[in-house]
Amino acid sequence: MSEANNTALVEFRDVSYAVPALPAPILSDLDLKVERGETLVLLGESGCGKTTTLKLINRLYLPTAGEVLVEGRPTTDWDPIQLRRRTGYVIQDAGLFPHFTVARNVALVPSLENWDASRINDRVRELLSLVGLDPEKYAERYPRELSGGQRQRVGVARALAAEPPLLLLDEPFGALDPLTRASLQRQFVALTRRLGKTAIFVTHDLREALRLGSRIGLMHAGRLVLLETPDNFLNSEEEHARAYLETLKLQVEDPDGGSA
Amino acid sequence: MNFWQFLQQNWNELLTLVGQHLTLVLISTLIAVVIGIPTGILLTRKKALRNPILGIANVMQTIPSLALFGFLIPLPFLGGIGARTAIVALVVYALLPIIRNTVTGILGVDHNVREAAVAMGMTDTQILKQVEIPLAMSVILTGVRVAMVISVGVTTIAAAVGAGGLGVYIFRGLRQYDNNLLLAGALPAALMALAADFSLGLLEKHFSLEGRVKKHRRWGFTASIVAVVVIAMLAALGIWRAGRGQATGEAGSRVVVASKDFTESILLAEIVAQSLEARGVTVDRQYELGGNLPHDALVAGRIDLYPEYTGTAYTAILRHPPITDPRAVYDQVKREYGERFNAEVSPPLGFENTFAILVRGADARRLNLKTISEAVPQARKWRAGFGQDFMTRADGYPGFSKAYGLKFVDQPREMDLSLTYIALASNKVDLIAGNSTEGRIAALDFVQLTDDRRYFPPYEAVYLVRKDTFKRVPQLGEVLAKLANSISTEEMRRLNYEVDANKRAPAEVVREWLQPRLAT
Repeated sequence: MSEANNTALVEFRDVSYAVPALPAPILSDLDLKVERGETLVLLGESGCGKTTTLKLINRLYLPTAGEVLVEGRPTTDWDPIQLRRRTGYVIQDAGLFPHFTVARNVALVPSLENWDASRINDRVRELLSLVGLDPEKYAERYPRELSGGQRQRVGVARALAAEPPLLLLDEPFGALDPLTRASLQRQFVALTRRLGKTAIFVTHDLREALRLGSRIGLMHAGRLVLLETPDNFLNSEEEHARAYLETLKLQVEDPDGGSA
Repeated sequence: MNFWQFLQQNWNELLTLVGQHLTLVLISTLIAVVIGIPTGILLTRKKALRNPILGIANVMQTIPSLALFGFLIPLPFLGGIGARTAIVALVVYALLPIIRNTVTGILGVDHNVREAAVAMGMTDTQILKQVEIPLAMSVILTGVRVAMVISVGVTTIAAAVGAGGLGVYIFRGLRQYDNNLLLAGALPAALMALAADFSLGLLEKHFSLEGRVKKHRRWGFTASIVAVVVIAMLAALGIWRAGRGQATGEAGSRVVVASKDFTESILLAEIVAQSLEARGVTVDRQYELGGNLPHDALVAGRIDLYPEYTGTAYTAILRHPPITDPRAVYDQVKREYGERFNAEVSPPLGFENTFAILVRGADARRLNLKTISEAVPQARKWRAGFGQDFMTRADGYPGFSKAYGLKFVDQPREMDLSLTYIALASNKVDLIAGNSTEGRIAALDFVQLTDDRRYFPPYEAVYLVRKDTFKRVPQLGEVLAKLANSISTEEMRRLNYEVDANKRAPAEVVREWLQPRLAT
């Protein structure tokens, strides 16, 4: 087990994922190691396989070829419930339970894990403060009474609640206005650094990838075509990377950043 | 008597019927919920079962209620006469909306929310209990609400299997041409449907997402839960008591007497019931059973005897083509009932209740009509209204119209027999086929046209009795022998009139009639 601590937190070994209904596999021959403490951003356009990659990690899907290892163990060996409770998951629109208050949403995994009530209560207050929501004001509200940005903060708090070593984020800030998004991105960077979390972050927004990632994995048509640090990514000659960098130039010319 | 006076006089009976109605609705809805919601949940998990089971529930809902009752009566455990059969039928009708809405509600839960639940490491049971059911609750409750409102309506038909409820007043009101009875039956039923709709609507709102956000919600919720529990307990108590009253068959000399759902049948049943009671036999009354249910119940051993007409038994049940010789019909019926149904046919009671072709007295006098043949030329300008029974049976409309070469302006209206009298009196139709002993014939100034071609087969009144009852109840043979040839057509008309026109209770009318006869 001591060896396990030295290995990558998540490792893809020659992973493919296909469904019978589609002619081409959604994901082909993926080899990837995610080191502890890093934020890996998977960048790519819709349908490139980045969300599938995330779902292979918390066993929402099982690979049709190869294997995915989490903490050194193939996901097929994990009890899926245990695996998921050790993996924070944040999705677009947060996926909060509309019939739960903010506090109950955040407390979800701790209460599934049967923490005692006072510990859950302390943890909820701590987390809400951490994501910048005043517990006094927001704990008893329902998701529909919050703004999109506030809901997304609650989503992050919920994912962090049971102190999972790994966070999976699937375009969490995709539906937010640019100002709110920028603010959440800054907070996210500070948070992962402070907590030393490992995060895998899916986005189609290059600027977000550059801002958040310690490494950027560029995906295209089910394949990982480039895996680089942000600095190297900016100088990459890879064709899909270049296409993305072109959009960056266009966005700079467009002061509204409207297409982002 | 105005409606208000009627209510004052019949307050107790009305309350009993409302209680029965409510009990039937609540018990059946409760059972349908207990079966339907888990079934619906199962269908969200097993996709392959979804269409077949929803299909079956769909088909069950299209079965006409009388047909369903007929099918249920002979079944062990589920069937029989009374509340149990009615509840089974009501459950059958209530299942579809509940199952369908459970499926729709659960499958309609936001995909993102469900995915988040799975990804958070919730087990399937946890997702179901904490996420899917709470979020689907208002849709599921809509299904329960629809089921309950349907039940309130269908329960009015439960009177046809002796389950009581407001249908008793509605059927009786139709039969006796009595608006007070109709109103006293229909009005509470309508109010009940509205109340069910409204109260479940409130509960539904509570479970909707809008309802959740409002503060102070706990009180309303607690109150509605308490109300539901109290009503369910009252209903359970009611059904338990009803169930006790219904325990039949085990006692040695208990006789279950049934009747069809018209006054004369009730009177004849009451005559034999009171005669038996005068000899110390305990009688269980199962009156006002609809359609051919008494026959089904007799064959199934749920009842011991009921009044019938030889012609009806001969054509409608034994399915012979109609013949006109009374002796031959009686002998054939007696023989076949003995062989096929293990049932005995009592000696004839002395009168016939055949189809009576009726027209308004004013028309008969104006056109000088005495026989059916004389009316045939007029009929081309007339409309006719017939009961469902007459329209379909072998000796009814098809053969009758052929025998006389009758043609009307358009296809005869098919309606409830009781309604045909009202339709004729109010000029909606010009000719009907009533019963020859109908008490209202004179009261409404109708004229019966003579069956000059002797088309209609004989309809002598008799009792049909299970053979094993004679062994159990030795007094029965004596009672039936005494009733042989004891009622004339005129007398029967008078008894019917006492009940239908003078609104007197059948038991009382029979008691009066029996008094001098029992003394001898």
